[in-house]
Amino acid sequence: MPYDYKPFPYHSPPGLDAAEPRHGVVIVGAGPVGLALALELARHDQPSVVLDDNDVVSVGSRAICWSKRSLEIFDRLGIAEKALAKGVTWQVGRTFHGDREVFNFDLLPEAGHKMPAFINLQQYYVEQFLAEVALAHPLIDLRFKNRVTAVEQNANRAILDIETPEGAYALEAGYVVACDGARSPLRQMLHLDFAGELFEERFLIADIEMQGDFPSERHFWFEPPFHNGQSALLHKQPDNIYRIDLQLGWEADPEVEKQPEIVIPRIEKVVGHSDFRLDWVSVYTFQCRRLESFVQGRVIFAGDSAHVVSPFGARGGNSGLQDVDALGWRLAAIAQGRADAGLLAAYDAERAFAADENILNSSRATRFMTPADGVERMFRDEVLNLAGHADFARPMANSGRLSRPCSYPLDAPDDAALPPVSRPGTVAPDAPQGNGWLIDALGRECLVMAIGGEAPDLGLPILRAEVNDTLRARYLGEAPCALYLIRPDQVIAARWQKATTVQIEAAHQAIWTAP
Amino acid sequence: MTLITHPNITDADGFYARLLAAHQGLSEAESQRLNARLVLILANHVGDDAALEEALKLAKAAGQS
Ligand SMILES: Cc1cc2nc3c(=O)[nH]c(=O)nc-3n(C[C@H](O)[C@H](O)[C@H](O)COP(=O)(O)OP(=O)(O)OC[C@H]3O[C@@H](n4cnc5c(N)ncnc54)[C@H](O)[C@@H]3O)c2cc1C
Repeated sequence: MPYDYKPFPYHSPPGLDAAEPRHGVVIVGAGPVGLALALELARHDQPSVVLDDNDVVSVGSRAICWSKRSLEIFDRLGIAEKALAKGVTWQVGRTFHGDREVFNFDLLPEAGHKMPAFINLQQYYVEQFLAEVALAHPLIDLRFKNRVTAVEQNANRAILDIETPEGAYALEAGYVVACDGARSPLRQMLHLDFAGELFEERFLIADIEMQGDFPSERHFWFEPPFHNGQSALLHKQPDNIYRIDLQLGWEADPEVEKQPEIVIPRIEKVVGHSDFRLDWVSVYTFQCRRLESFVQGRVIFAGDSAHVVSPFGARGGNSGLQDVDALGWRLAAIAQGRADAGLLAAYDAERAFAADENILNSSRATRFMTPADGVERMFRDEVLNLAGHADFARPMANSGRLSRPCSYPLDAPDDAALPPVSRPGTVAPDAPQGNGWLIDALGRECLVMAIGGEAPDLGLPILRAEVNDTLRARYLGEAPCALYLIRPDQVIAARWQKATTVQIEAAHQAIWTAP
Repeated sequence: MTLITHPNITDADGFYARLLAAHQGLSEAESQRLNARLVLILANHVGDDAALEEALKLAKAAGQS
């Protein structure tokens, strides 16, 4: 069944009749990033207004792969159960060269995590689930058919001009978060440079509906036998929908390639029969770009408005959700006067670092898939050739390095005897705790997790962790005891085997101080 | 320096002859491909980042004079 796009209701905004009181936070864009941010702010008791120019969820085939980290974030926001129930869970990826499998990977070979490595779920479902929760939330004022047409700011506030079907109005905001997507009108209104590179390659993206028995795996072909000389990617999605990405070459004419009489025979070759229905077709070129700074005075950028990557690696939406992770608790604290505005520099620094990592990974994958003629092409082909003969070449075959949460380079107290997986700057690895999960106990306030010993007296909540084998492996190693200071975004801020109140206090202060 | 640059192959003449023999009868393009595979195989054998970096530098520098 094709997805049923139900328009969300439009309501007259109060600002059409009389000036509205100043809002603490206004979010522009109700894509996955804007919606998730509104929900995350609400978890920190911060109200927001969300404006979107449209009144339906994302149309067509865009994001499908949601990472473990995104699922952990969805869990805090209240939609993980729905997403998992609807989504297709997968963790095995296979890479083929011609018809020969050269490499496969298992993304989550270890047990002891609440969330799976990846699910496939169409972006429209993710947005629908998020919007449903947001619409019902008393702290979120979600306004469809409200298009931002201008922004103006000074040191104390920003003002947005907004167009609705009934006319125009203005809103004053303490902060505006631009979650308005890759073409970000706000970025253009502020005349910001969006530097990076465009890859001279075209990809056909098609969703087809068919009754198939393809396994829940990611299949990637270099030089597939069914498609001339290029690459292909196949993913299973819910509702018997399969997503196929075909590399077309730079010379391909997108208008011609989109025609069903061209697309259908191509897909017949991929799936080996013609018993399917074409649900969606589009042709993309991909880019890797980012803003120099994600914080522009009172206007903050998050998601695709701040950075775009090519999709191989699923780093677009997933990294946007990690922006929400890094921004939500800080912005709520600033808007509520609990932290200084300078703290936004920490958001900027961490997410710029992450954007560079994502861009690096996506560019390398794209380059491997679209090598320039000559020596680049030769090395690419010989890596694939060798991969069929020797293990060492297999990890060089790059069809996308799948999104993992960024480990921030924090300058924080650390103890080298403790395991590397939980070093400061990383998202706290999950582990079973009683009948539940560690991840569920983290993520609102800063807290201290005490393992195998007591925490000194502090003004902070203390979590006494149950020591089991998984927790020991991920947090203690050979050490008898440890203390972990964990941020509201579940990122480890500092750790010790033993620490004094003063040491922990200093590390806690650092969380709330600009870098 | 972690890259070994002093003579390290016991039978240097023998290796040189076998290298040429491996290319015997190959077209220009096939030879290039063979070299590419060799580079990848040997680079993996070396493994060490610093040694590979020095090897890249040495190879580049020697091509410039
Ligand atoms: C083919 C393809 C495959 C992809 N695959 C993946 C994947 O597997 N996994 C993944 O994580 N990511 C993937 N991505 C990337 C993902 O789709 C984006 O990163 C994600 O949509 C970004 O979310 P966003 O909320 O920042 O922006 P968007 O989803 O673009 O949302 C922006 C919103 O802002 C609104 N808006 C724009 N202008 C205005 C205005 N003036 N006033 C009010 N509202 C406005 C828009 O209507 C829209 O609702 C893929 C992308 C493509 C194209």
